[in-house]
Amino acid sequence: MTALLEVEDLRVAYGKIEAVKGISFTVEEGQIVTLIGTNGAGKTTTLRTLSGLIKPKGGQIKFQGKSLKKVPAHSIVSLGLAHSPEGRHIFPRMSIEDNLLLGAFLRSDKEGIQKDVQRAYDLFPILGERRKQAAGTLSGGEQQMLAMGRALMSQPKLLMLDEPSMGLSPLMMQKIMATVAELKASGTTILLVEQNAQAALSLADQGHVMEIGKIVLTGPGRELLVNEDVRKAYLGED
Amino acid sequence: MHELPQQLVNGLLLGSMYGLVAIGYTMVYGIVQLINFAHGEIFMTGGFGALTVWLMLPGGTTMWIALPLMLIGAVIVATLIAVGAERFAYRPLRSAPRLAPLITAIGLSIVLQQVVWAWFPDAKSSVKFPELPGGPFHIGSITIQTGDVFLLIAAPISMAFLGFFVKKTRTGRGMQATAQDPDTAKLMGINTDRIITIAFALGAAFAAIGAVAYGLKYGEVNYRMGFILGLKAFTAAVLGGIGNIYGAMIGGLVLGLAETLTTAYIADVPGMQQLGGQSWGNTWAFVLLILVLLFRPQGLMGERVADRA
Repeated sequence: MTALLEVEDLRVAYGKIEAVKGISFTVEEGQIVTLIGTNGAGKTTTLRTLSGLIKPKGGQIKFQGKSLKKVPAHSIVSLGLAHSPEGRHIFPRMSIEDNLLLGAFLRSDKEGIQKDVQRAYDLFPILGERRKQAAGTLSGGEQQMLAMGRALMSQPKLLMLDEPSMGLSPLMMQKIMATVAELKASGTTILLVEQNAQAALSLADQGHVMEIGKIVLTGPGRELLVNEDVRKAYLGED
Repeated sequence: MHELPQQLVNGLLLGSMYGLVAIGYTMVYGIVQLINFAHGEIFMTGGFGALTVWLMLPGGTTMWIALPLMLIGAVIVATLIAVGAERFAYRPLRSAPRLAPLITAIGLSIVLQQVVWAWFPDAKSSVKFPELPGGPFHIGSITIQTGDVFLLIAAPISMAFLGFFVKKTRTGRGMQATAQDPDTAKLMGINTDRIITIAFALGAAFAAIGAVAYGLKYGEVNYRMGFILGLKAFTAAVLGGIGNIYGAMIGGLVLGLAETLTTAYIADVPGMQQLGGQSWGNTWAFVLLILVLLFRPQGLMGERVADRA
């Protein structure tokens, strides 16, 4: 079986500064794959490159066997790759419902869209209660739910989540991570970027540790979780 | 002292013309944060587009047939120029420092003025614009000049259409999303380049309608008509809160009212006798702009910046 997403020797630069220095990894269907690492490791840059917002300097990205190199950013979501960006980036002056509908911007099956809006409300009941409210008035955790719900509205084959737990209270973080697990159980393939290594690794089938633009360690999530180097560097143990 | 209801109507009519042109400034600014200073000249080319159609029609064509064709001509000319300007002048500069596209816009407006001046027959002075048939009509004590009838009908229809377009259509929602967060809009599958083109085109189309209204109202067009009117419309956009399309409409109306009322009544204020009359209208319009910038810089309906976080 070929992987859903294949990244090979991906290199990305901002001007002369290389932020991603030749990384390779794959995501198989049904898996959760996580990229962990500190700030500036290149995780967000990697995701933004995968969804076409940044053009890579070199390497290959293949999604379902098809190269994404020449595909413009606005066409990537139609291939089945949805991206919930770092910092949530919901549309603050639009209602929650309009935000969700924008996630389905390229779909025209009205009934299917309504069904998926309902599914987002089932997944996050608080969104349903406030559907007419401007999204900018939501709390950080609620905005994160909205960003995830919005990304799901495109019926993605691969969902990319960038730092879904960033800036959230421990309780809200648990809730978000439980949702990630729930999504996986329902068959969604997820590429998860996290600074919260503990939470990410315990969910992930496969984990990659990034350091200044490179993948320095790879393994099944549970193995990395007990790896001594990882524990020292990312889980705050010595 | 003139009659107040009449002055209010005059002000609203003038203001709705400003509003039509202001929409172009505010839409483009809302999406690409560019003050398109060539927009006044795009408005002007719309006027000459309409005039060209009129000159091509056989003599004696009734305005009932001519006016729709002139409108189409105006909209086509203005839209093509605006879309061309976006594609070839502004798009290459999209990631350049802000000053570069701003200077380009000023340059473009000079080019457009000079092209019309040099190439359009008799454009070196004011060119007569066709008139609507029929005399002025009256509602109670209020008189509507024949030239204003078009504005009275076209402005509300245009604004209703725009409101519907932005709120209810898919492209309109894509436009709102692009204005709020262009990168994330791309992640939703919105072709933001296309949205930007549409914003320029729509703004130009409304300006062209405004230009036809201008021609009918004043009975003439000239190659410099975009300068002062463009500045006024820009003022209206800032007054209403730049980036907010409803603000552009409201700003236009407020500006039109302020200009008309000060022109009519300021001379009645003791000590201000010499500041009344038509020639001071522009001054009062810009005084209003300065006051708004001083006391409410985000404009009457401006967005709070805080919710961008």
